Amino acid sequence: MRDVAIIGIGETEFGELWNKSFREIGIEAGFKAIEDAGITSQQIDALYIGNMSAGKFIEQEHVAPLVADYSGLADMHLPAVRVEAAGASGGVALATGYMAVASGMYNIVIVGGAEKMTDVGDTQALQILSATADQEWESVFGATFPSLYAMMARRHMHVYGTTRENLAAVAVKNHRNGSLNPNAQYRREISMEMVLNAPPVATPLGMFDCAPLSDGGAAVVLCPMDRAKKFTDTPIQILGSGIATDTLALHNRRDICTMDATVIAGKRALHQAKRTPKDVKVAEVHDNFTIAEIMAVEDLRFFEKGKGGAATEEGLTALNGEVSVNTSGGLKARGQPVGATGVAQAIEIVRQLRGEADKRQVDDATTGLIHNVGGTGATAVVHILERGD
Amino acid sequence: MAIPRFWRETPSRYNLFASKCGNCGEVHFPPRSVCPSCHRKSIGRMKSIKLCGSGKILSYSVVHDAPEDFEMQKPYIIAIIEMKDGVRLTAPIIDCDECDIDIGLEVEASFRKLGQEGKAGVIHYGYKFRPLNTTPPEK
Ligand SMILES: [Zn+2]
Repeated sequence: MRDVAIIGIGETEFGELWNKSFREIGIEAGFKAIEDAGITSQQIDALYIGNMSAGKFIEQEHVAPLVADYSGLADMHLPAVRVEAAGASGGVALATGYMAVASGMYNIVIVGGAEKMTDVGDTQALQILSATADQEWESVFGATFPSLYAMMARRHMHVYGTTRENLAAVAVKNHRNGSLNPNAQYRREISMEMVLNAPPVATPLGMFDCAPLSDGGAAVVLCPMDRAKKFTDTPIQILGSGIATDTLALHNRRDICTMDATVIAGKRALHQAKRTPKDVKVAEVHDNFTIAEIMAVEDLRFFEKGKGGAATEEGLTALNGEVSVNTSGGLKARGQPVGATGVAQAIEIVRQLRGEADKRQVDDATTGLIHNVGGTGATAVVHILERGD
Repeated sequence: MAIPRFWRETPSRYNLFASKCGNCGEVHFPPRSVCPSCHRKSIGRMKSIKLCGSGKILSYSVVHDAPEDFEMQKPYIIAIIEMKDGVRLTAPIIDCDECDIDIGLEVEASFRKLGQEGKAGVIHYGYKFRPLNTTPPEK
């Protein structure tokens, strides 16, 4: 296997982009990444695009050739492949692109992610997101996507004494980080009281415990490590890549307070990278709900099981804390265009490792981790990144 | 959800039919054709059994933001139930006040309307759960 580097990054703004179509979003992210990498379109060998549900959100399937076509690449007849793994689509697309370059099959690969979620109403969007759970044995009985995470939260509170304030601290921190990120969907700080007093969505979770619906796209350019220096002075190496899966339905899991898929994907990625959780200084983890970040920082072994909530409220995951978590603002404040999320997470870690994160720069950003989850934890994917210069 | 798709699952949704592995004895709900512990050894040896119908609440949530099909029922309680037979499932809790629901509460299955197809409506039925040893309020 060859070593692989990220040599270019690009993203659109995240939010309700009513004036931009899905194809415009995909192209914008892709071209920015190509420009950042300093390559020409003609050098691209393959394209992987993470997308969860264009079929339901915009009634358009077959989106990989669509993006390649409208990027002006139809004449090249590129291999262009869509990757779907619910909320982990972007992260699994990155893992797929990584394998394509590592294997020697392709040299220059674009990994993109895009979702256009706001063309449908909020209720319909909720229904589409709920389709990533088990339709036959969860959704049909009235379990919504937030309610499944709410049941993890309730159990976590019962077993480990996690508090409502612990959960709220995740949203407060991520909005504070988002306020320092010019690309975030929400750039306003929120108070603990605002989170606690927000209208309930699925108890114990309220409106500010949930990541928003967003439109947006993100893309990165990969190439073999030994050629990366030709394109950039600061190549970022992918040291480890791990994917793991679990039962589709939450109720069939060994423990609903632990995402075993995260535990295993994390171990696989760290093992390949020859790193430990202690080495990780900056991490983008999947905080689609506040409880998800608490479970993630435990399951990735930054903190002991059951201590993630208290650690968050104590500030151990804040900017320049023990491990800086979701410096971009996370899904909560940066926004959550589902298929783009995993790629956007990679972009934030690349910026941190390059030292380009400006006001939210982590002081000793040497090793970074990306954690992206699909459904209620039926898929998890983890990548470990470091500077390669 | 399309009518045949719902109809296919009716034995389990109406009568809580589960599968039991003929090799190791493990019970699965919904029924599986392959046992996750025995793999190939279990193929063709999965037997159908009926769950006893009662269990305890492992976790729950009161749903306030609901999809269209459940709009009329909100707020409603959804729970993960640990059945006496050792399996877990997800189901709505009925005949129970929000303030009476708790982790560990004993509940039993009750056959109810789940939803209906379109406006003219083929009605779907299936299990919901209610607190054990309580008489449902009179209608
Ligand atoms: Zn078995």
